[in-house]
Amino acid sequence: MDLSLIDINWQVITPQIILAVFGFVLLLLEAFLPKDKKGILPHLAWIGIALSFFFSVNLFGSGFSGFNGMALADNFALFFSFIFLISSFLVVLLSISFLKREEQVRGDYYALLLFATLGMMLMASSFDLIVIFLGLEIVSVSLYILSGFRKKDPKSNEASMKFFLMGSFATSFLIFGIALIYGNFGTTNLEKILFLAPFSGVFAGASEFLLYAGIGFLIVGFGFKIASVPFHMWMPDVFEGAPTPIAGFISAGPKAAGFAALLRIFLLAFSSIKPDWTLIFWILAVLSMTTGNLLALWQTNLKRLLAYSSIAHGGYILIAFVSGSNSAISGVLFYLSAYILMNLGAFAVIISMGSKEKEGTDLYKEYAGAGLKNPFLGVFMAIFMLSLAGFPPTAGFFAKFYIFSSAIKSGYLGLVIIAVINSLISVYYYLRVIVYMFMRPSAEEVKPVSIPFSLGLVILLTGIGILALGILPQELLNLAYNSIF
Amino acid sequence: MPSLYHYLSLSALLFCIGIFGALTRRNAIGILMAIELLFNAVNINFVAFARFIDPQAIVGQVFTIFVITIAAAEAAVGLAIIILIYRQHKGVDVDKVNIMKW
Amino acid sequence: MIEYVWLIPLLPLIGFVINGILGRRLGKTLVSLIGCGTIGVSFLISVKILFELLSLPAEHRIIERVVFPWIYSGLFKVNVSFLLDPLSCVMILVVSGVGFFIHVYSIGYMGEDKGFARFFSFMNLFVFFMLTLVLSNNFLLLYLGWEGVGLCSYLLIGFWYEKKSASDAAKKAFIVNRIGDFGFALGIMLIFWTFGTLNYSDVFLQAPSILTLGGGLATAITLLLFAGAVGKSAQIPLYVWLPDAMEGPTPVSALIHAATMVTAGVYMVARCHVLFQLAPFTMGLVAVIGAVTALYTASIGMVQNDIKRVLAYSTISQLGYMFLGCGVGAFASGIFHLMTHAFFKALLFLGAGCVMHALSGELNMQKMGELKNKLPVTFWTMFAAVLAISGIPLFSGFFSKDEILWKAFSQGNLILWIIGLVTAGMTAFYMFRLFFLTFFGKSRVDESIKSHIHESPKIMIVPLMVLAVLSVIGGYIGVPKSLGGGNNFESFLSPVFGEKGEIALHPASTEYLLMALSVVVALLGIFFAYRFYIKSPDLPKSLAQRFSFPYKLLLNKYYVDELYFKIVVNPLLKFATFLWQFFDVKVIDGIANGLANTVNWFAGIGRKVQTGYVRNYALGMVFGVLLILAYFILR
Repeated sequence: MDLSLIDINWQVITPQIILAVFGFVLLLLEAFLPKDKKGILPHLAWIGIALSFFFSVNLFGSGFSGFNGMALADNFALFFSFIFLISSFLVVLLSISFLKREEQVRGDYYALLLFATLGMMLMASSFDLIVIFLGLEIVSVSLYILSGFRKKDPKSNEASMKFFLMGSFATSFLIFGIALIYGNFGTTNLEKILFLAPFSGVFAGASEFLLYAGIGFLIVGFGFKIASVPFHMWMPDVFEGAPTPIAGFISAGPKAAGFAALLRIFLLAFSSIKPDWTLIFWILAVLSMTTGNLLALWQTNLKRLLAYSSIAHGGYILIAFVSGSNSAISGVLFYLSAYILMNLGAFAVIISMGSKEKEGTDLYKEYAGAGLKNPFLGVFMAIFMLSLAGFPPTAGFFAKFYIFSSAIKSGYLGLVIIAVINSLISVYYYLRVIVYMFMRPSAEEVKPVSIPFSLGLVILLTGIGILALGILPQELLNLAYNSIF
Repeated sequence: MPSLYHYLSLSALLFCIGIFGALTRRNAIGILMAIELLFNAVNINFVAFARFIDPQAIVGQVFTIFVITIAAAEAAVGLAIIILIYRQHKGVDVDKVNIMKW
Repeated sequence: MIEYVWLIPLLPLIGFVINGILGRRLGKTLVSLIGCGTIGVSFLISVKILFELLSLPAEHRIIERVVFPWIYSGLFKVNVSFLLDPLSCVMILVVSGVGFFIHVYSIGYMGEDKGFARFFSFMNLFVFFMLTLVLSNNFLLLYLGWEGVGLCSYLLIGFWYEKKSASDAAKKAFIVNRIGDFGFALGIMLIFWTFGTLNYSDVFLQAPSILTLGGGLATAITLLLFAGAVGKSAQIPLYVWLPDAMEGPTPVSALIHAATMVTAGVYMVARCHVLFQLAPFTMGLVAVIGAVTALYTASIGMVQNDIKRVLAYSTISQLGYMFLGCGVGAFASGIFHLMTHAFFKALLFLGAGCVMHALSGELNMQKMGELKNKLPVTFWTMFAAVLAISGIPLFSGFFSKDEILWKAFSQGNLILWIIGLVTAGMTAFYMFRLFFLTFFGKSRVDESIKSHIHESPKIMIVPLMVLAVLSVIGGYIGVPKSLGGGNNFESFLSPVFGEKGEIALHPASTEYLLMALSVVVALLGIFFAYRFYIKSPDLPKSLAQRFSFPYKLLLNKYYVDELYFKIVVNPLLKFATFLWQFFDVKVIDGIANGLANTVNWFAGIGRKVQTGYVRNYALGMVFGVLLILAYFILR
C-alpha cells in the first residue's frame, strides 16, 4: 500500500485532537497535582470541551474529509458533535458538585468523560466501519470504568460488571457483523458499500444470507448501544447503579452516538436495500416503546424509571428508521437534541435532591411534597417530565411530532397509532412524578435543599432550552435539515 | 488447501462455542474467556476474508489488529471490575450479583 | 387595537409567570391585582376589538394576524397566528369577561387559602390557554390550547391535593379527557394527511372539493374531532369526569367547568362547521348525543342533593343542548346558548359558592333552607339565573334555548325536539328544587353554623350582580325575528357560519305555539318543584326517606303529592338513580379502571423478565439474534 495515497488532513479532526490532549493532560495532572489543587480539574475539562465545540462550529458547513474517508467533518457529523459536546459539557457541570459530595474529585473521571466524548465523535464522523467500531469501543471502555466509579458501592460494582459483560458480548456480535459485511463487499467503507449494496456480493458465490446475517448482527450490536428491546436489559441496572451524572451521560451522548452510526449505516449505506430490513426496525420500535413504557409504570426509583423511559424514547426514534425519509432523519436529529436537554435536566434535579447519604431517587420517600419545599426544582422537574411526556409547548412535543408526522407521510399510520397509544401510557408515569412532588403531603425527611451553582445552571439552561425549542423549534429544525448527510 | 468455507465454518463453530460458554458459565472469569473466544472467532473470519476476497488484503488484517488490541484493553478493564466484585462478594459467581432487578 | 390582538392571551400569561414565580413574596393584594388586572385589561382590549369589528363592513370582519412563524418543515407550515372573526370575538369576550368577574370573586372566596398565589397563577394560565384555543387560526395551536386547558383543569381540580377525593377527581378528569384527546389528535393528523395543511382557512376552503358530501373520509375526520369534543365537553359516554370535578374550588367550577373550558368542544364543532356539514352522519350523531345527554343528565340532576353536583349535571345537560343546536345545523344558536349559559351558570356556581361560604362549606341542600333573608343579594341574583336557565320569557336562557328547540323542530327532528322539550321541563324542576331547598322552607342548617350565617363580602357580591344583569339582558342581542327582534347575534356571526335564510316551512304562528309550549313545560316543572318543596315543607324529608326505602310507603297526609310522586317521580327517580349508580359508577368507571388494571397487570408480568441475572440478559440478547436471523432465513 502506497502511504502517499493516504490523504492526511489534520484540520478535520482538530476537535477530537483537542479532546484527546485535554484528556491526557487531566490524567497527568491527576497524578502530579496536590490534592487541594484538584478543584481546577473540572474547569479544565469544560474548557477543553468548549474549545472543541468552538473548532467544530468553525468546521460547520465546510464538508471537509480526510484520511480516505475515515474522518469526516460533514454537517451530519458536526451536528452530532454539537450534541455530544453539549451533553458532555452539561455532565461536567453536573459532576462538579456530585464528586465534591462524594469526596472523589479526580482527574481520571473527567479524562474518561473526555475520551468517551472523543469516541462518540469518532462514531459519528467516519465513513469507515473500523473507525466506527474503534469509537464505539473507546466509549464503551470509558463507560465501563465510569459506571463503576463508586468503588465501595456494591450497586455501582454490579452496574459496572453487568455493563461490561453485556457490552463486550454485544461488541462481539457487532464485529462479527462487520466481518460478514466486509466479506460481502471486500471493504468496510460505507460510501463504497452504498455503491455496491444493490449488487450484493462481490465475490463469486457469496450467499445473500451472509450479507443479511451481517446486517442482523450490526443491528444487534448497535441495538445494545441504543438499548432497544430485547438488547436493553443492561440499561435499567446500569442506570440504577452508576453514579447519577454518569447515568445521565449514558442516556444522552452514547445513545445519540449509537443512533448516529445507525443512521449512517442503514439510511445511507444500506438505503438501497431498505425493504429488506424495514420490518426488523418496525418490530424493534414497537417492542422498545411498549416494553419501556409498560415497565416504567412500576418503577419507584427515578433513575430506573428514566432508564425505561429512555428505552421507550429509543423506540420512538427507531420509527424514523422505518420511515427513512429526509424529514425523518432531521426529526431524529431534533429528537436527540431535545432528548439530551430534558434527560440531563431531570438528572440534574435528581442530583440536587440527593446528598452524600442518599441518592435522591426514591419517588415515594424523597419526592413526596418536595415540589412545594423546593419550588425551583419542582417547577423545572415538571417541565422536564412534561417534555418527556410530549406535551406542548415543550421540545418533547415537537420531537415526537416531527418523527410521527414523517412516519405518517411515509405511510406507516399503524406504527404511529401504536406510538401515540404508548405516549399516552407514558403520560401516567411522568405525571406521577409531578403529582408526587406537588400533590402529596411531604414526608418528614423531605427538606429544602441548597442547590450548588453549577447544578442550578444546568437546570436553568436545560429548562430554558426545552421551552425555547418548544416555542420556536424552527431554527434547530432548519439546522437539522441542513445537516442530513 | 482449505477453502474460504472451511475457515468460515471454523469461525462459526468457535462463535457458537463462545456464546454457549457465555450463557452457561457462572464464573465471571469464565464468561470473560468465552467472550475472548467470540472475538477470536471474528478474527479468523476477518483474516480469512482478507486472504480470499480483498484484493489488497489489508483491511481485514488491520481490523484484526484493532480487535486484538481492544480485546486486550477490555480484558484489562474487565479484570479490574471483576476484582472489585471479588472484594465485595468474596467470589466471582455472577448469579450472586443481583441486587438490582425488575 | 386589532393589531394588538396578541396582547389578549399574552397578558394572562404574564400574570401567570409573575404570580407563579414571585407569588409567595408579593402578598395577597399584589397577587390579586396582577391576577385580575391582566385579565381585566385583556377584557377591555376584547371590548375595544368588538367595537372595531362592528365598525367594519360585515364581509371584512374576518382578520388573520401572524404573530410569528412557528414551524416550517417542508410542506408543513404553521404560524403562531390569530384569527379574529365574530366567532372568536364572542369567545374572547365570554372568556375574558366572565373570567375577569370570576377572578374578582376569587379574591374573596380564596382569601383565606394558603395557596392563594398558586391559585391565581393557575387561573391565569388557564385563561391564557383558553384564549389561545379560541383565537388560534390553525389546528395545531388549537391543540396546544386544548391540552393546556386540560392540564390547568387537572391542576385546579386537584388544587386541594391533600384531599384524596380531590386528587382522585383530578386524575379521573385527566384520564377521561385523554381518551377524547386521543381521537382529537388522530383527527388532526388525518386532517393534515388529507389537506397537507392545518390552517383553518386553507382546510375549510379545500374541504368541499377534496371531501365528498357524506364520504368516509369526511365522516372519519369529523367523528375523530367530535370524540375530542365529547371528552372535553363531557357528553355521553365521557361525561363522568365533570361531576367529580366539583372537588375543585368553586370559582374553578364556575370558570372552567361551566363557563369556558367545557364549552371548548362546542366551539370546536362550530369552528369546523364546514367539515361537519360535509358529514351528515356525524351531524346526526352530534345532535343525538347532545339530546340524549341533555335528557339523561337532567334526570340525574333531579335526585342529587349536593348543590354543586346538581349544577354539574345541569351543565352537562345544557352542553347537550348546545350540541343539539350544532347537530341540527344551528351553529349560531349553539354559540348563542354557549354565551348565555356562561353568564347564568357562572352566576349559579358563584352563588352556590356564596351559600357554601355562608354555611362553612356545607354542600348538602338538605341542610340548607330559609336563607332568603339572610343572604338577600345571593338570593336575588341566583333567582335571575334560575329563571334564565329555566327558560322563562324575557330572560336570556329563554331566547337561546328556544332558538335551539325551534331550529330542531323546523329541521323536522320531532323526536329530538320532544327530548329537548322534556329536558326543559326537567331543568325547570331541578333548578327550582335547588332554589327552593336552599332559600325557602324551614331552616335545616346545623345549629353550630346557624348563628354566623352572613352575606359574603362586597368583592364576591359585585361579580354576582354584574353576572345577574348579564343573565337577564344577555338574551336581547339575539331576539328572534318572530318576536320583533333582529336576531342580531346570528347576523353578527353570519360571516362565519354563512347567511342561512329562515326555512319557511313553518309559519310564524307555529313558532309562537312552540314557544308557548316550552314556557308551559317550564312552568309545569316549576309547579312540581313548588308542590314538593314549598307547599309541603316536610316533603323534602320524606323524599329523602324514600330514597333509602323506595318500597316502604309511609302514611302521608298529602295523598295527591303521594300519587304524583308514585306515578311520575318515583319511577323516574329510580331510573335516574339506577342510571347514576349502575351505569355511571359500575359500567363506565369499571371500563376505565379495568383498562388501567390490565395494562398494569401486563407490566407486572413483564418486569419479571428483568431478573437481575446477567446471564439471563445475555440469553435475551441471543434470543433477539436468533429472531433476526430466523427472519432473514424464512423471509
